[in-house]
Amino acid sequence: MDYLTLIQLLDSTVRLATPLLLACLAGLFSERAGIFDIGLDGKMLAAAFFSAAIAAITGNVWLGLLAGIAASLALSLLHGLASITFRGNQLISGVAINFLAAGLTVLIAQSWFQQGGRTPSLIGGARFNPITLPFAGQIEPMPFIGPLYAELISGHSILVYMAFAAVPLTWWILYRTRFGLRLRAVGENPAAVDTAGVSVIGLRYAAVCICGVLCGVAGAYLSTALQAGFIKDMSAGRGYIALAALIFAKWRPWYALWATLLFGLFGALETRPDVIEALIGIKVQGQLLGALPYVMTVIILAGFVGKAIPPRAGGEPYVKER
Amino acid sequence: MTDTHEMERQATAAPAIELKGISKAFGPVQANKDISIRVMPGTIHGIIGENGAGKSTLMSILYGFYKADKGEIFISGRKTEIPDSQAAIAAGIGMVFQHFKLVENFTVLENIILGAEDGRLLKPSLAKARKSLLKLADDYGLRVDPDALIQDIGVGMQQRVEILKALYRQADILILDEPTGVLTPAEADQLFRILGRLKSEGKTIILITHKLREIMETTDTVSVMRRGEMTATVKTSETSPAELAELMVGRKVLLRVDKDVATPGEVILDIKGLRVVDDKGVERLRGIDLQVRAGEILGVAGVAGNGQSELLEVLGGYQTGTGSVRVNGQELDLTGKHSDGQSRRKHGIAHVPEDRQREGLIMDYHAWENTAFGYHKDPAYRSGMLMNNAAIKADTVEKMERFDVRPPNPKLAAKNFSGGNQQKIVLAREIERNPDLLLIGQPTRGVDIGAIEFIHQQIVALRDQGKAILLVSVELEEILALSDRVAVMFDGQVMGTRDASATDEKELGLMMAGITEAQSTPMEA
Repeated sequence: MDYLTLIQLLDSTVRLATPLLLACLAGLFSERAGIFDIGLDGKMLAAAFFSAAIAAITGNVWLGLLAGIAASLALSLLHGLASITFRGNQLISGVAINFLAAGLTVLIAQSWFQQGGRTPSLIGGARFNPITLPFAGQIEPMPFIGPLYAELISGHSILVYMAFAAVPLTWWILYRTRFGLRLRAVGENPAAVDTAGVSVIGLRYAAVCICGVLCGVAGAYLSTALQAGFIKDMSAGRGYIALAALIFAKWRPWYALWATLLFGLFGALETRPDVIEALIGIKVQGQLLGALPYVMTVIILAGFVGKAIPPRAGGEPYVKER
Repeated sequence: MTDTHEMERQATAAPAIELKGISKAFGPVQANKDISIRVMPGTIHGIIGENGAGKSTLMSILYGFYKADKGEIFISGRKTEIPDSQAAIAAGIGMVFQHFKLVENFTVLENIILGAEDGRLLKPSLAKARKSLLKLADDYGLRVDPDALIQDIGVGMQQRVEILKALYRQADILILDEPTGVLTPAEADQLFRILGRLKSEGKTIILITHKLREIMETTDTVSVMRRGEMTATVKTSETSPAELAELMVGRKVLLRVDKDVATPGEVILDIKGLRVVDDKGVERLRGIDLQVRAGEILGVAGVAGNGQSELLEVLGGYQTGTGSVRVNGQELDLTGKHSDGQSRRKHGIAHVPEDRQREGLIMDYHAWENTAFGYHKDPAYRSGMLMNNAAIKADTVEKMERFDVRPPNPKLAAKNFSGGNQQKIVLAREIERNPDLLLIGQPTRGVDIGAIEFIHQQIVALRDQGKAILLVSVELEEILALSDRVAVMFDGQVMGTRDASATDEKELGLMMAGITEAQSTPMEA
């Protein structure tokens, strides 16, 4: 495998990791606050549709992004209503959101655009186009560093850079701010937060909302940056892989980055069977690579690679008692 | 001049806390009935009562967890509404719960500032808390490592963190709910030294407990609660453990159980040197020796929490212990490897657990399903590989009739029966299996009068069939009415065993307070 192939492989790793990373961080906020969110996938899907649809109609991708975030946020609030206010089962609520999104997006797409459940292809300002970082042209001819900068680091859409910037930001919020302290506490022991005189419900809604915003960006990235338009079921289970990555990352922001990059690499390899064949000498089915994130999550959960301890109060509605 | 002096005197004389006519009901259960209480500043006030007497509910109202149906709260003479914990903290009330409200994987410092941070960023808050923590440590002798994780420190330390949390929030009134329940005696002594220090610094402390010794050793005044009511408030120096025990356990109209003199046969249950250490490392049973013979009822009396529950659990097979327990001469496994309800039943032991709703029944399941639990492998309940549900239902109907369960509907969920009828379902299941030894805990807790009589008759009838019965109850009167012999437990040990006919409430009350005859000279004021 030559250097350029490696750079190309890593480049598509970054592209494929971005939606996973955003969704993983979304799940991180929600689950760290004690609300399990299996509906990441549905939220991404809804956001993907609404951002593509509004971008197609208005021709402005930023309006599309806002619409995507709004759609995802609405589903987040629904999840919050079911699982925080009405203390329902968080898994069931999440599954319901996934089904709702899968059905509604296609239905509305058909009703609005009559293109078989798709949105029209997005062009120009209706898409997030690659950004060329400064000096990419000048550095490109340089050996080694040139392709690394021009191909791998430069030339992504703004959302990719936002996603990567979200990692240190998430870390900072979680571990350096009052909000982060309370958020982590409410996922571990809501009674401690409650007796300290802080609203458990308020904190959990805040977390669920942040989750909605990040999922919205992830969905918008799918339909307006990674691809040019919405197609049926385009989230393709990424929400679930993001959940797997979250467990893999032991609910920590920096680990989430590495986990989603690793899963992104599997995704990239899936599209380049020739590279694997060249590397290990045997042909590997692409589907096998697609299953790897799940296999690795099972291994992690079984405790082979250190312990993955979920937030202690995760999945359980908070009922005041002593 | 004299006026301001007078006013100051008045101000200091205002009680730190005054509750007036507090009532609180949960559904049909009246947890607190018209409770009034005054606690003077700079004193330690004890609230003592059995489990379920309503102590914790009262304190939860004071800390804003529950809203009282009726009544008023005055803090330092001022009427104060406490709708939530925030308001309680603002009023200067700090609470140390029985189950600590700490985040296990946070450091001590993080737990202390949680909810009381100074700004949006943590760094300055942590720095400030570290400084005041050092000062509090000096002022009150409360030393902790601020950077230790809660999960790495012992329960005694964790409790100290809870106290520090309250002090960091500038609490003047500290409520401790059963603070020594999880502590070793040495840790408990240390806690009481700290409380003494806090008191001398002018803090007001409310100590909720069911342990008489703690009340006698630490408090200035004490209130006794029983069944949701405040039965008495006295100066600690003017009372005695025996009097408090009597006030706690109470005296009702004497129950009469018709029974003949027992004719005990051979030893069925033989316990020697039984010890139990709980998962917190606290020794709950400290070498128990007891025997129960065929055809007799041995009543185990004691204030709740002195090891009776652990005794039942280890005999019932779901608590591990060391020592020797023989039933019909056969050694029981106490290690937990081969001990469970199933193996105990094979030894001829039936168990009516203390907490029927948690251990005796599955509340959402039908009566007939509950009747089969534990005995579901009975051939009569099976047809081949499947359960013979029709047979179980028919059997349940029969049992319900014999035990007068109302309504006699086997398809009703356990939770829809009254407490007494739930108990009858459990009793029917266990007694009808003709055990050699019946373990029965709190047989009539939460049971109406009519059912109490019936349940007592069933227990006596089983004795008359020549079975051995180990009865645990915190109702002294029940113990005296039913038992042939009475053993009194105190602090994980048996204080002594008496023939029921040769003892009375007074003697047992003293033993329950941990006083043996040798010490039973009158306590001086």
